[in-house]
Amino acid sequence: MGYQLKMRVWRGDQSGGDLGDYTVEVSEGEVVLDALHRVQATQAGDLAIRWNCKAGKCGSCSAEINGRPRLLCMTRLSDFDETETITVTPLRTFPVIRDLVTDVSFNYEKARELPSFAPPPRDADNKRRMAQVDVERGQEFRKCIECFLCQNVCHVVRDHEENKPAFAGPRFFLRYAELDMHPLDTHDRRELAQGAAGLGMCNITKCCTEVCPEGIKITDNAIIPMKERVVDRKYDPLVWLGNKIGLRTKDNDGRTEP
Amino acid sequence: MTTGVHGPTRAAIDEKTLRPDRWWLPPLTTFVVFSAFVVYATVRAFMGSDYYASPYLSPFYSPCLGDCVEGASDFGQPFRAWPLSAALLILIFPLGFRMTCYYYRKAYYRAFWLSPPACAVAEPKTTYTGETRFPLLLQNVHRYFWYAAVLVGLVLSFDVVLAFRNEDHEWGHMGLGTLLMLVNVVLIWLYTLSCHSCRHTVGGRLRHFSKHPVRYKLWTWVSRLNQDHGRYAWYSLFSVALVDLYIFLIANGTIEDVRFF
Ligand code: SF4
Ligand code: SF4
Ligand code: FES
Ligand code: FES
Repeated sequence: MGYQLKMRVWRGDQSGGDLGDYTVEVSEGEVVLDALHRVQATQAGDLAIRWNCKAGKCGSCSAEINGRPRLLCMTRLSDFDETETITVTPLRTFPVIRDLVTDVSFNYEKARELPSFAPPPRDADNKRRMAQVDVERGQEFRKCIECFLCQNVCHVVRDHEENKPAFAGPRFFLRYAELDMHPLDTHDRRELAQGAAGLGMCNITKCCTEVCPEGIKITDNAIIPMKERVVDRKYDPLVWLGNKIGLRTKDNDGRTEP
Repeated sequence: MTTGVHGPTRAAIDEKTLRPDRWWLPPLTTFVVFSAFVVYATVRAFMGSDYYASPYLSPFYSPCLGDCVEGASDFGQPFRAWPLSAALLILIFPLGFRMTCYYYRKAYYRAFWLSPPACAVAEPKTTYTGETRFPLLLQNVHRYFWYAAVLVGLVLSFDVVLAFRNEDHEWGHMGLGTLLMLVNVVLIWLYTLSCHSCRHTVGGRLRHFSKHPVRYKLWTWVSRLNQDHGRYAWYSLFSVALVDLYIFLIANGTIEDVRFF
């Protein structure tokens, strides 16, 4: 059955804004995005919301619901008590454009800074080969829908604007890890991740993992393994010595350039 | 504050967080429990007494390499001349291991540094450099502490074997202390083997799983353990303190060991 849902929705732009109160008719089984659409249709025709697929797959509808970064279209009203007021704000790490819409171009800049996949020359028959287990390893990382909730929750940039130029963020550490674990990539992603991407800024407090709607274990499976790979290259004297005297040159294993 | 979530381009919201749940409870719990453990462990480590109740040796004092009471030193006393408690000679290894552990780092960065206190809750500090500088750069030595932790695990396992004796060192006996030590050593091994550096060393560092089938298999096992690493970190913290407390209470005569056979 339907009921009256109380909502607080942030309205405004960079010159200022406030939480506005709305009461809207909703029914069981609906999601927060449905409720916002009804607010838009019945009470606030100019409410700005970014959304697209309504199926948790396009990553457009990221916002903060009761202070937690979540997808509007995947957050069920049944997760809340019917009497509870639901507060919706835009992402608080990126510049706001209007209402619930933020400018996420930070993430696209970071994507451009990341050197793309660089495979070696093809085999004699003009093919490239990879074993199935090696293909499978990166699959978890490919589930990313680029909702940027992880980028938004990460305190390195959320709480410190000045870190933005030097920090790529968890979504891109995922990409670095995927490529460094890719047997055919020729870049040395360990070097890149530690240097340009600011992997050392991450203090593995795991908020990115907590908010990822795809359930990707960002910290355990991408960031920590990348930190360990950086240690191999930069901080482990045994590995360094082995490389120097030619014992472990295999350690570079296909990585030829930075 | 004009940076972070209150910066000029961000949506103007006064609250540091709009989370209505009790987000402060997990970091507070961590703070209280870790602090209690640190106080207890410090007191016990400096005490230098009541760590051996034949046949049980407290894990805080194993291996006992200093001027230890009779029966406690199974690996000799190379540091006999050390004037302080023998625990201080070896505690640096388990301490360093846990301080640089990826799970404990998460826990204490949140609970003690408030960096961040919880997800989407603004941290109080205005500057932040993460683990890029000394001293936090040293977290990168974790794998060396892991190597040491494997040795410590072996020593503690040996202690459990020795605990299958009675007070007069005759074999084939068991008491509640033996059982506690056994549980403790199992938890210590689960904690040690589920370590992220272990996962990396056995196979995670490879780029081609296909070329190393055995290491791949090991990696899949360690990966499974690794999912519960945080849980083992807590359990083994409790078990190690409990074993020490039990031995302390027997050694100072407060309680009697419960002998099974
Ligand atoms: S684990 Fe690292 S990347 Fe992820 S949110 Fe925390 S600090 Fe940011
Ligand atoms: S890693 Fe997860 S949280 Fe981050 S952008 Fe991808 S899907 Fe979103
Ligand atoms: S609308 Fe596409 S993820 Fe929500
Ligand atoms: S012991 Fe926790 S990560 Fe190594």
